[in-house]
Formats: sequence, structure tokens, C-alpha cells
Amino acid sequence: MASYIAKRLFSRSRVRLDTLALVEGVSNGVSPASLSTITAATEIGEPVTAIVFGSNGDSVAEAVAKTEGVSKVLVAKDGEYDHCLAEKVSPLLKKIIEDQKFTHFLTAGSSIGKSVLPRLGALLDVQPVSEIIKVVDPTTFVRPIYAGNALATVKSKDSIILASVRASAFPPAEVGGATAPVEQVTESVESGNSAEFVSEQIVKSERPELGSATRVVSGGRGLKNKETFDQLIDPLATKLNAAIGASRAAVDSGFCDNSLQVGQTGKIVAPDLYIAVGISGAIQHLAGMKDSKVIVAINKDADAPIFNVADVGLVGDLNEVIPELTKKL
Amino acid sequence: MSSKLRILVPVKRVIDFAIKPRINKTGTGIETKGVKFSINPFCDIALEESLRLRENNQDLVENIHAVSIGPLKSQDILRTALAKGADNSTLIETTTDNDVEPLQVAKLIKKIVEKEKSNLVILGKQSIDDDFNQTGQILAGLLNWPQATNASKIEINPDQNNEVFVTREIDGGEDILKSKLPMIITTDLRLNEPRYASLQNIMKAKKKPLNKLKPQDLGIDKIENKLEILKIEEPPSRQAGVKVENVDQLIEKLKELKAI
Repeated sequence: MASYIAKRLFSRSRVRLDTLALVEGVSNGVSPASLSTITAATEIGEPVTAIVFGSNGDSVAEAVAKTEGVSKVLVAKDGEYDHCLAEKVSPLLKKIIEDQKFTHFLTAGSSIGKSVLPRLGALLDVQPVSEIIKVVDPTTFVRPIYAGNALATVKSKDSIILASVRASAFPPAEVGGATAPVEQVTESVESGNSAEFVSEQIVKSERPELGSATRVVSGGRGLKNKETFDQLIDPLATKLNAAIGASRAAVDSGFCDNSLQVGQTGKIVAPDLYIAVGISGAIQHLAGMKDSKVIVAINKDADAPIFNVADVGLVGDLNEVIPELTKKL
Repeated sequence: MSSKLRILVPVKRVIDFAIKPRINKTGTGIETKGVKFSINPFCDIALEESLRLRENNQDLVENIHAVSIGPLKSQDILRTALAKGADNSTLIETTTDNDVEPLQVAKLIKKIVEKEKSNLVILGKQSIDDDFNQTGQILAGLLNWPQATNASKIEINPDQNNEVFVTREIDGGEDILKSKLPMIITTDLRLNEPRYASLQNIMKAKKKPLNKLKPQDLGIDKIENKLEILKIEEPPSRQAGVKVENVDQLIEKLKELKAI
């Protein structure tokens, strides 16, 4: 109640409190990380306006318009904005934020968000806040530092607040009954200085997306090679309908693709169940998964640091344990 | 503009990556007394990449300049950068106890870019202490230069007016961006494996230029952080778990925890 009153007072003490949220589309709608961003945005103060970029903007906008908490959707539908290159979208975001007097801008801490947010900060002369995990009040946020070994509560002195949101810390906003109006963005701004998109290679997978999966099975150096990784991890993940993750050691040794890396420098996940197979548990890796609800560690080294964070630990040879576990599930 | 590369590599001195940081008694920061500091791993990769660009294209690179912003002790990592192969360096010495924020860092580096006439800045994608992942992008915004973040491969084509191709790690896979110079690149872990400095080169590095400046010398009178740190605290610790003997017990335990 107190925080509600504080919010009301706050919103009256300024002209208004308005949040713009950058929303990314995926093939079947809004990216899960963007839905979490909308939840974080609603915690700051109403109303929330979503902005969508790219030539397929209309279909993404249609999905965003149905999302709870979104009061308006802006669409910048132009091939120029495909791939959301920071040089192209930042100047337009700056213009929209200034013209429509948004007080907050949020984006997911995705590779797009991380690329766009700071460039926008430069254009607005604002120090952005990275990867918030909690909204304390409209200007105060909690964010992890030192690979999640400490939590910093920071208060921004900027007049416009720019922040990226750690998706695993906020539940995704519900997509359903809402019907927010959709408006086309007609203005455009040229930065006149951009890198050019050449090509992309996206790893195709039938599995749930790593960042938002409720279950994750991760493999590490202990799997020894790519063959064992595929033979042991794939069937277990399939059985559990889990996403596959990996430690940096596994990625560096070529067991699987870079985009599966869980850790400070890879994906941050917080699934209901995280199974770490042959992963020692270096600080770097723990930073990416220690907020999981239940952590299971399977490792032959009884002293591996992963056992310090695991809810359930099994010391054993993964070549025997994993096939047995897969069979018995 | 000269067709040769003048590369600027900003490097940061941080608590060594292998050390678990401890929060100070007042809950305002991280204990730094008696703690081992090193070059930020991503900055090391940025430096390595600039050295390799020169090694792979003998006539391409005119100069590699390393710059660091921080207390006087940061000159140690500049000496390391010089020992590995940077030609010259600048320390912008700060006196504040707090870390300088990315926006302020980028404003200072912009001055060095102008001073050194740099046309390519290679930075680490993030420092492992504040985990911001911002400085490169802010610098690109301030200069209005193209940016390519999270680089896992960098190719420069001297026959095509030094056109740069950067492979980037993105969510779900990778993409390739193309750009003309000048530009900003930030490095991902997978870009390369940094070298070690030999003793001989460490000795030689003592004679290489290390220029010490104050922010005032660059026309920046006051470094003003915009994020006030209200408190620093430990993340909630996890309950101690149990060890099970075999797979059956493991499955039983998971059912008990309602995880399956």
C-alpha cells in the first residue's frame, strides 16, 4: 500500500510517468525476454508504450497489443530497422523519447538490448543501468555486479532513466485479452554512420529457448568430447523437454554452439530445474544459473564447487549415471 | 584520413577473475585491500586482436595505443599491454574512490581518440567487475561511428579500403556486419587466446612511452557519476543441498522437490 501511495504521489509530482519499452519479435510472437521487460516496465508506473522495429513489425505489434500492461504500441515498420542495428534505431528512439516526453526506456538485456541501450545513452547524455533484477522505485534499481557475487542498489540522478532488464528476474507478462491501440511511427532519423548487416546464422532447434526454458540440462568439460555430449545430453534433455546449455569449457572445446553458453558472459537462466552434468562450477558459470529453483549436480569430483550450490548432488561417472537417469525418468 | 590503422585499446584494471570478491564492512563497495588485480580479461582479448591484426597484415597497422582510466596503480596493466606489444600508452589518472561510470569513461576515451587520431577502437565487451557492457557502445554513440559488439572474428580487407567484417555472437547464433573505418569493435571471449608477455619484452616495455594525464588535461574538469550506490549486499545464499548415492535416490529426491 505504501509503495502504491508513493507511486501516486510520485506520478503527480511530475508531469507524468511514462515508460517506453523496446520489444523484440520472434517467429511466433513476442520474445520471452521482451515479455519480462514489459513486466518490469509495469512495476515502474503506468502507462507502458511498446515499440517494435522492422519490416515484420505489424505482426509483432499485433501480439504486443494483446499483452497485459501495454497501453499503446508504436511500430517503426521499415526494412532499415531489420536486425535492430543500434546505429539505426538509437537516433529514432532518442527523438521519440524527447518528443513524447518518456521518462523511462526499458529493453531486455538481450544482444540487441545491450547493443542499443548504451548508444542511446550517449545520444541522450544518460548513464544507463544494465541488467536490473528489481525495481525498488521509479529511479532506484537492484543489479548484480561481480558476476552476481554482489547486488548493488543504485539510484539514478538522470532525468530520463534508461535500463536493461534481466529477463530471468521478472515473470513474462501475460498475452491475452488486452487490446492496446497500434500506431505507426512516421518520422525517421538518419545516423548516417552505420555498420551494414551482411548475414546471420541462427542455430535451429526444436527445443525450448535456453533463456526462458523451465528446465535446462547443461554439459561441461567432464563430457570429454562432442560425441559424448550429444549422446548423453540430448536424450536427457529430450526426455525432460529441457533446453540444452553448456559451460564455457564445453563451448571452447567445440562440444556445442557458442549460443548455448550459460554464465556471466553467456546466457543468464533461472529455470525450475537445472541439471549440471560434468560442470565444476566456476564463478563465471554460477553467475549464469545460481538463481535456478532446483539445481542438480552430477560430477565425479566430490569436491567440485558446483556441489556447494546444488540442491541435489550425485557423485558418479556421468557415462553411467546419465543413461540410467534418462532411462528411468 | 590515412589509410593505415591507428588502433586504440582501452584496458581496465579489475580484481582478478579467479578471486571471489568480498563486500566491505560498510556495505558500500568491494574490499580491494590486499586483493590481486589484473587486466580485465576482455580487454586482454582486445589487445591481443589488435596485435594479431598487425602481425597478419604487416603494413596495415601504424600504431597501437593502450589507454587506461583509474588510480595510479593502473599503470601496471599498461606496462603489461606495452610488454605484449602496444607501441605507447596513456594513463588518465583519477582520484575518486568509486569506479568511473561508462558514460564518463567513454567521454574521456573520446578525447584520447581525437588526440591519437585513432580510426579503430577495440574494447572488451564488458568489465568483469561492474558488468555494465556499455563503454564501447556509448563511445560509438558519442563519436557517431559504426559499432560491432561481441566480436568473435574480425577480418580487415586492405584491398577494399580497409573494409572490416565482424562476426558477432548474438542470441541464438551469430551474424556478420560490414563497416568502413572508423569504427568501434567490442570483443567476446571467443575472439582469441591472449599471449603472455616474455620477460625480455617486460624489460623492454619499461622504456616504452607511458603518458600520464589528469582528466583536467583533457578538458574534463569533473567526473560526475550519475548512479548513486545506495548499498552493496550479498546475494541470498542457497540452502545446503543433499548428496544422493544413486540414480533412484536422485529421481526420488527430484519428485520430492516437485522438480519433475
